[in-house]
Amino acid sequence: MNGDESIAALRRGLLDRRYSAVELTERSLSRIDTANETLNCFITIDPDGALAAAAAADSRIARGEAGPLTGIPLAHKDVFCTRGIRTTCASRMLANFIAPYDATAVSRLAHAGAVCLGKTNMDEFAMGSSNETSWFGPARNPWDPGRAPGGSSGGSAAAVCAGLVPCATGTDTGGSIRQPAAFCGVTGLKPTYGRVSRYGMVAFASSLDQGGAFARDAEDVAALLQVMEGHDPLDSTSTTAEPTAFDGSGSMTIGLPGEYWDDLDADMGAVLDDATRELEAAGHTLKTVSLPHTTAAVPAYYVIASAEASANLSRYDGVRFGYRAESPDSIDDLYRRSRAEGFGAEVKRRILTGTYALSIGYYDAYYLQAQRVRRLIRQDFLDAFDDVDVIAAPVTPGVAFPLGAVTDPVAMYRQDVFTIPASLAGLPAMSLPCGLLDGLPAGLQLIGPHFEEGRVLELGAEYQRRTDWHRQRPHIIPLDTGGPGEVSNAV
Amino acid sequence: MQFESVIGLEIHVQLATASKIFSGAATAYGAAPNAQACPVDLGLPGVLPVVNREAIRMALTFGLAIDGEIAPTCRFDRKNYFYPDLPKGYQISQFEQPIVGPGTVTMDPVDGAGEPRAIGITRAHLEEDAGKSVHDAFAGRTGIDLNRAGTPLLEVVSDPDLRTPEEAAAFFREMHVLVRALRICDGNLNEGSMRCDANVSVRQVGTSELGERTEIKNLNSFRFVERALKHEIERQVDVLESGGRVERETRLYDAQRDETRPMRGKELSDDYRYFPDPDLLPVRITPDMLDEARAHLPELPSAKRARYVDELGLSQYAARALANDPDTAGYFDATVEAGADARQAANWVMDHVAATLHRHDTDIAQCPVSPARLAQLIARIEDGAISNTAAKTMFDALWEEDGDIDGIIDAKGLRQMRDSDELARIVARVIDKHPEQVRDMRAGQMKILGFLVGQVMRATRGKADPRQVNALLRDTLGVP
Repeated sequence: MNGDESIAALRRGLLDRRYSAVELTERSLSRIDTANETLNCFITIDPDGALAAAAAADSRIARGEAGPLTGIPLAHKDVFCTRGIRTTCASRMLANFIAPYDATAVSRLAHAGAVCLGKTNMDEFAMGSSNETSWFGPARNPWDPGRAPGGSSGGSAAAVCAGLVPCATGTDTGGSIRQPAAFCGVTGLKPTYGRVSRYGMVAFASSLDQGGAFARDAEDVAALLQVMEGHDPLDSTSTTAEPTAFDGSGSMTIGLPGEYWDDLDADMGAVLDDATRELEAAGHTLKTVSLPHTTAAVPAYYVIASAEASANLSRYDGVRFGYRAESPDSIDDLYRRSRAEGFGAEVKRRILTGTYALSIGYYDAYYLQAQRVRRLIRQDFLDAFDDVDVIAAPVTPGVAFPLGAVTDPVAMYRQDVFTIPASLAGLPAMSLPCGLLDGLPAGLQLIGPHFEEGRVLELGAEYQRRTDWHRQRPHIIPLDTGGPGEVSNAV
Repeated sequence: MQFESVIGLEIHVQLATASKIFSGAATAYGAAPNAQACPVDLGLPGVLPVVNREAIRMALTFGLAIDGEIAPTCRFDRKNYFYPDLPKGYQISQFEQPIVGPGTVTMDPVDGAGEPRAIGITRAHLEEDAGKSVHDAFAGRTGIDLNRAGTPLLEVVSDPDLRTPEEAAAFFREMHVLVRALRICDGNLNEGSMRCDANVSVRQVGTSELGERTEIKNLNSFRFVERALKHEIERQVDVLESGGRVERETRLYDAQRDETRPMRGKELSDDYRYFPDPDLLPVRITPDMLDEARAHLPELPSAKRARYVDELGLSQYAARALANDPDTAGYFDATVEAGADARQAANWVMDHVAATLHRHDTDIAQCPVSPARLAQLIARIEDGAISNTAAKTMFDALWEEDGDIDGIIDAKGLRQMRDSDELARIVARVIDKHPEQVRDMRAGQMKILGFLVGQVMRATRGKADPRQVNALLRDTLGVP
């Protein structure tokens, strides 16, 4: 047990009694204790709850009743509601909010035996691409704590990268799993919209939000997805489709969207070319495809996501829960000051943008127009998937940038230029490490047709069997060379 | 100048589902504040609405009842505004694609005479109710009770087909009758189960253009609809006659002061920023759903009234009294179906049954005497076995304890005397005992006949048929 084993290896270790779930949890807690001051990737750590869950996991194992994730440490992005542990969404607005319910993804993972260690840092209300909008300060990139871990699920990506937990949940609205996965050099999957229940996930943009997972590789991500996915009667938009199927990747045609590659810096282009050549070497065929409406994706996304957010965030009014301004002199004063003081600048910017886009006289020009663009982008992908099985693309224009380096909001929005189109189309998309640029990880994005997570994950696993980019770790917190139960560096 | 008014109503019908439109919380009236508000109703972060299929079913039943257009899909939208008792900061409603499109409600004319009126329905859509602000429970503070938040409402919007306050009130009443007959609303106006907003404008008689309209909110009784509209029409006419212009605005009816006044600006929002609710998929209305809704469709009150008059020969008054309450109509129909004469059954239901229910402070759905028993009772009157008076005694007996009708008649000695010889002997005895009255009657004071009938009835302990006694007395005394 060294902080870098796969879920399958940890499960074997637990079932073979080489170590206990309590020992595994204590080890994770001690790594968090060492690293969190630097990385700030946890907003809330729950040692008591984690140790109790680990003890329960040990008894399950002793009774021979282990589930697929029994005893596996995990962290939840602080956007998932957890009964009894605060859910802040990295906002002052919810800094003291404790939900009386678990998100469906949380309860499914708990039921499968996973041990939750705490709640990870993120951009406020999942709005941001750098983690800098968090009320609790940004999480930091383990490869270089002066750099952003990406966002919005930066804390989860950083925690997995630093080996604090083997896996973590995240959510992706326009790239919030894939971009931090790329920046931190871990594997992250945004499933098809509707694959994972949104119940108990604090809403940002309801037609785009999708829960997913981070882990060290595609196989581990698949293990988490199989627990998290499936229809939920509490979420009308959750799918009734068959569970993810893994039926062998075979020889595939992989599409390379010309519009994405045209836009790429030479350095990043070279890394991506290496990655796609590796896929070709594995016996797959590369084919250039066109996604002609790509350039309209970012503006359409910021209209739709902000419009939905402007309504989703109206419930934070200081009346029933969350931040409430001191001694208001009227109901309007209560609203105005609670929201002015409780929300950060980026959240306010999106609420204003969205409110504007939905207003009389602008609705047709912005909201409806953006919906039209969304349909065209979706159609682009559907047409492309007539010819190819999977689309390969970059995740980000560049590697992790220094904290504070991107100050223009629109420049920040353009960080998501390669991830937003798949979000608008509702497609499953994965980010996996595919190289280092100036000592920092770069990501390869694999996008599949709707509900073809299996195809994407299998292709990713095949790539990872042929490469070792996903095993590269920053050594800011050295991995242990041994631990209780003596397991060595298995990797 | 002669003015006429043009009126359209928006009626909010609280649907009688057991749980809320988007959550599993109960909808029962009168619970402790916030005892029936779950995380969805409270608008807590991360929770999601799931549409109540029974609310959809009820809306479809209404749509079928008014012969309304029902599109293959409908959609929910968010209506955005801030208000303390609106937990999410938006109300889930239907804006562009309502579940029910244009249809018609048939109502009796206001004065009870002439042909029924057809009032156009523009649309009917589903939405969630808001909670309540409680201003008098805490000093200097307002309390919020979210029990009502999420209660399903069907908002029914009429065409501007109504011409007078009386007609508007009659339409509201007809809607009340209809939704209760459809069993989609309990119709308790004092619990807010039906609420009404009225749009009204006035114009010179002879013109066809509509005048500027105002909307009056907060009308929760038939009387208030009529009174508020009367006031508002007078106010608009005054404004026009003094050369002013009617402003388009929303006014509140203050029942205590019996006046309408403009709502404060804060209670209004000009721009609700409607957009499709991304938490709810469009609802596909399948043939199965329509079949199920149709299975709940009873004979409509307007059809029932027509049938009572045309086929059963009841008066308009009786037809309305029976048909307009679904439980009463059901009881009456069952009585007739069990073989009772319709007019007899109508009289019984409106008279002795109603009075007895009232005395016991209960309603007809709980009536312990079944329609079949009442039909048997009426049959015994018809065949002369018991008198009307005895039948009332029997009804009261059956109320206390059900049993074999003939057995009880005999046990209580209520069977009418059929033996003419015995009755003739009693009549002779009564005549002998009252020589003075007999003399006066023979002298022309015919009202004494009633007294003598009474004496005979007393002597027979009510078992004689009064008609037979009457005839026998006249015969014996030789008076016409």
